[in-house]
Formats: sequence, C-alpha cells, structure tokens
Amino acid sequence: MSFDIVQMVLVTVLTAATPLILAAIGELVAERAGVLNLGVEGMMVLGAAMGFAVATQTGSTLLGACGGVGAGLLLAALFGLLTVGLAANQVASGLALTILGLGLSGLVGAGYVGMKRDPAPHLHLPVLSDLPVVGPLLFGHDAFVYAAAFLVAGVWWFLWRSRAGLSLRAIGDDHTATHALGLKVRKVRFLAVLFGGACAGLAGAYLSLAYTPFWSPGMTAGRGWIALALVVFASWQPVRVAAGALLFGGATVLQLHAQAAGLGLPGQLLSAVPYLATILALVALSLGRRQGGSSAPAALGRVFAPSR
Amino acid sequence: MRLDLLPRARPSPWLDLLSPALAFLAAVLIGGVAVAALGVSPVQAFVTYFVAPLSELWSIQEVALKAAPLALIATGLAFCYRANLWNIGAEGQFVVGGLAGGCVAIATQGSQGFGSQGFTGWILPAMLAAGTLAGIAFAMIPALLRVKLGVSEILTSLMLVYVAQLLLDYMVRGPLRDPNGFNFPQSVSFDDAARLPALFEGESLHAGVPIALFGIGLGALVLARTLFGFEVRAVGASPRAAGFAGFSDARLTLGVFAISGGAAGLAGICEVAGRIGQLQPEISPGYGFTAIIVAFLGRLSPPGILLAALVIALTTIGGEGAQIDLKLPLDLTRAFQGLLLGLVLGADVLTRYHVRLVPGGPAAKAAS
Repeated sequence: MSFDIVQMVLVTVLTAATPLILAAIGELVAERAGVLNLGVEGMMVLGAAMGFAVATQTGSTLLGACGGVGAGLLLAALFGLLTVGLAANQVASGLALTILGLGLSGLVGAGYVGMKRDPAPHLHLPVLSDLPVVGPLLFGHDAFVYAAAFLVAGVWWFLWRSRAGLSLRAIGDDHTATHALGLKVRKVRFLAVLFGGACAGLAGAYLSLAYTPFWSPGMTAGRGWIALALVVFASWQPVRVAAGALLFGGATVLQLHAQAAGLGLPGQLLSAVPYLATILALVALSLGRRQGGSSAPAALGRVFAPSR
Repeated sequence: MRLDLLPRARPSPWLDLLSPALAFLAAVLIGGVAVAALGVSPVQAFVTYFVAPLSELWSIQEVALKAAPLALIATGLAFCYRANLWNIGAEGQFVVGGLAGGCVAIATQGSQGFGSQGFTGWILPAMLAAGTLAGIAFAMIPALLRVKLGVSEILTSLMLVYVAQLLLDYMVRGPLRDPNGFNFPQSVSFDDAARLPALFEGESLHAGVPIALFGIGLGALVLARTLFGFEVRAVGASPRAAGFAGFSDARLTLGVFAISGGAAGLAGICEVAGRIGQLQPEISPGYGFTAIIVAFLGRLSPPGILLAALVIALTTIGGEGAQIDLKLPLDLTRAFQGLLLGLVLGADVLTRYHVRLVPGGPAAKAAS
C-alpha cells in the first residue's frame, strides 16, 4: 500500500470518529453526574438539521455550528426539566427526546433537503500542513476535529483535576450523601445534561456542515446510539472514549472500503458492521471485567427527589 | 424559584387517570400553537387529526388496523418496563417475526396441501407460530447477554433493530426475491392460504385485529392473575422486596423479554400476512418505536394501552390526512408523539409527588 493511501485512510478514520467523540464526551459528563440521557440521537439529528438551516440562511459555518449547539441545548433543557426537575424516568424520557428530535429535525430540515454547501474550511498552515502523513493528520482538519480533541482534554482535566469535577463525580456516585453535604445535586446534574446536549448538537452540526455536507432526514443513522455504547465501552473515561471512537471510525471506514472493493460480501452485512461491532465490544468489555466490579457511576439512571 | 417534590404517602388513584389526560390536553394545545405557526387554523387541524378519521368506515378500519399491532407490542413491552427492563428493540423483533413467518409462506407457495382434500389450513397457524418464535428468539439475544454477561439490554436491543432491518433487506433483495418480479426488491405475493382473511367481505379489516385483541387479553390475564405477573409487578414496585421474596432475576428477565419479543414477532407476521401480503424491504412504519409511546401513555396497563393505541393510531391516520388536505408535514405527527410521551412522563410526577413551587431567590436561600 502506498504512502498516500495510508495517509488518506487515517484522515478518514479521524473524520468518521469526530462526531462519535463529540457526542460521547458530552454524554460522558452527563452520565458521570448520574444522568443517563438516551436522547443523544435526537439531540444530534436536530443539531444537524438546525446547524445546516442556520448555516444556509446566514452563510456562516460558525453560526451554523452555534445553531446546532443551540438545538442540542434546547432539547437537553427539556430533558433536564423532566428528569432532574420532575424526577421522571430517565430511560423513557430519553426515548421521548429521540422521537421528538427526529420529528422536529424533519420539520426544521424540510426546506433544505437536496441542498449542498461547501464543507467547513480546513486548517492550512504553510509548511506544517504540507508535511507528509503528519501534516494532514495534525494540521489539516476543520475546526470541529480540533474542538473534539480540545473537549476530550478539557473534560479529562475537569473531571480529574478540578474541584468542580470531583463534586460532579461524587454526585453521580451518591446523590443522597452529596445532597446531605450541601452540594447542589439538581443544579449540577442539570448543567451536566446541558453540556451533553451542546456536545450532541455540535456533533450533529459536524455531520451536516463538514462530514457529508448536506442535510438528509435521519442522517445520524444511529450514531447517537453508538456514542452511548462508546461511553459504556470506555468505562466512563474521556481518553478511552476518544480511543474507542477511533476504533469505531476505523470499522466504518473499513466497511466503506470493503463495499467499494466488492469482496463479494452482501452490502447489508457490511452496513451492519458498526452495530454488530458495538454489541461485540460491549460483550468483550463485560467478559474482560468479570472479576472486577462495574465502573459505572453508582447513581446512574436513578431519580433523585430531595427530601427537605 | 425552586421546585420541591414531596413524596405522596400513596399514589393518588384519580390523578393516576387524570395525569395522562392532562398531558394529552397539553400536547394538543402545544400542537395547536405549532400548527398555527405553520399557518393553518388549529381548529381545522384538530378536526383533520382527531375527528375526520372517525367519520368514514374505511378510515375507522385503518385506525383499528394501526392500533392492533401497536397495542399488542405495547402490552408485551409493559411487562419489560414494569420489571424495570428496557427492551427498546421491539421494532427489530417485529421485523424478524414478519420475515420468519414470511419465509414459511414462501416455502409453502403453491403447495397442494395434505390429502386428497388439499388441506392448507395449517399454513397460516405455522406462519403465526414461526413469527412469534422468531420474535422470542431475537429478543433472547439481549436478554441472555444481560443475564449471562451483564451487558446493558438497552443498547444491544436497539442495535439489533438495525441488524434486523438489514437482514430483511438482504433477504428480500437476495434469496427471497420473486424470480419473476422484474428485479423489484420484493418476494412473491402470498397464496390466499397464507393470508389473514378479511373479517368482512370486501373490507380491509382482517383477522389480525382479533388475534391482537386475544394476545392483549392474554397479556392482561397473565399480568393480573398469575404468579409470574405478580413477580413482574412486585419487581416494578420494589426491587429490593422482590429480591427478599426470592424471585429469580434471570428468569424474570428472560420471561419478560420472551413475552415482549413474542408479541412483537406476532404483530410483525400479522402485518405481513394481513395488509402487505408479501415481503418487502420495509414492513414497519416504526410500530416498534411508536409502541413504546403507547405503553407509557397507557400507563403500562393493558386497558390503558388499548385506549392509548387507538389515540396514537388516530393521530397517525389523521396525520396522513393532514399531509394531503392541509399540507402539514408527517414529521409534525412524530414530533407531536414525542412531545406527548415527554408530557406523560412529566405528568406522572403529579401522581407520585406533591409539587410545590417555592418562590425565592438567593436572598430567601440565605434566610433559610
């Protein structure tokens, strides 16, 4: 295999992994605070629709990305109100959010089906970007990719090196004890949910503004659900989320190349690879940690209604 | 401002009935505002969505045909959700059920039946059984992974939906494609012996509706009158107490997944053998997902689910009418249904807590 192909494959793996990293890192923070938001797919797809709509209307990719983030925030606020404010069931509320998001995205995106935009601009530094392999891999991406890398590092620092992050993790492990200590359990959880929504919205905007770049209904194609699986797969560790996303990005790219190469395998089997890989990854993970306990936040998914 | 939730000593029984009604009312009001924003009279839209489908015989039948699979799947799901287990892959179990039953129909295509009389009456029951069993088998994958390996059933059941859809797509375009079908991705049309008969001559209502009603009745009976049903309800009400009572977690998980998978598989083959009459790349307009809404809207009880299925079917048929008559997009119906589910879950709070809105900003907090 020639040098160019290796370089191209690595770059495509990174771009395929970026939406997964963005969505999963946001969900990781929410889950670390003890809130399981199954609405990632819905927030992501609305982010994609809104991002594309805003970008087309204003002609600005940056404003489009903001639109995507805003859409994710809006849905996440609704979810937070239900589950954190009103102590509603998190699993069911997350499903409601996904259905709502899919419906709303269809409404928002209705006028934009079939339209095309230029993809988000790529960074180009003289000399550095032109280096072989390293150049395009490190210095030749759009802003979303760098945002994803920055978010992984930032979330890692926040969760393990900051006081607020310690509080957040404590709240995710035991809401009753942290409430008794005087920590603002519901406020922190609501903010964590909002952060998750913003990240999912950004991930959606990346799909419609940089990855494809156009809007088509249901274009997230289960990526939100894969992001959820990634958080479990990564044992709620930010850096492992990034590693897992690259693995999945690799599987996706491999599948696309296999389809193009025509190996004689049915296309449907190859299309099923990401979903089967997700199941296998979860199985492998649980086989691997049979002796140890679960690394999930202890209060994940449990509702909290403070007794005064 | 602060929202305080004070647990009720016991759930209020009349709020239990009132809260879904309140949620529905709120969803209709919000929907009305959305419709007005799209430039259509809310009153006219209300009539199109909720009244028009009930005004003609054919559309009443359509409502019943849509409500039947929804209620059947949702009754199965109610077992899971009551036991705090989250099968969200009913769509996949529906598809696999339709596919397996369809395979039986295709394999027996043109069969002359047994004996000199040409008895073909066994084909349809065999199809229904195959569909149900396939649904159960497919639901066993996430259930066994959870029981044996502790893998989250939420994610695996959902991922298997995509796998099931791709499997159906492959089969219909490949091995099961009609050889004389001009390369269209569809199977042969089933023989009459492999079709659910119409209930009335020349009408669309078919035997799938009474089959679904029978399944829902059976589900209601199991939930209310058997030890297994009691276990499911006990685990839902208090997992710790159920543990002390010695109820086996693994058996319960496998049981509720089998019931929900079987119900979804049966609904799948009824749709294929009833309305469609052949295998196609897509056999479900999202019944498995909509049934989740139906299950919660019906408060996880079979009578409530029946009512909720009728309401949701009504809005779906009404939504199709609104698309044609008022140029309202179909996605509006989906958004409405998602909103409705959210509101139902929010209103659920009223039955479990006294909700108090406590006024006061930072100053009041400092004083307390």
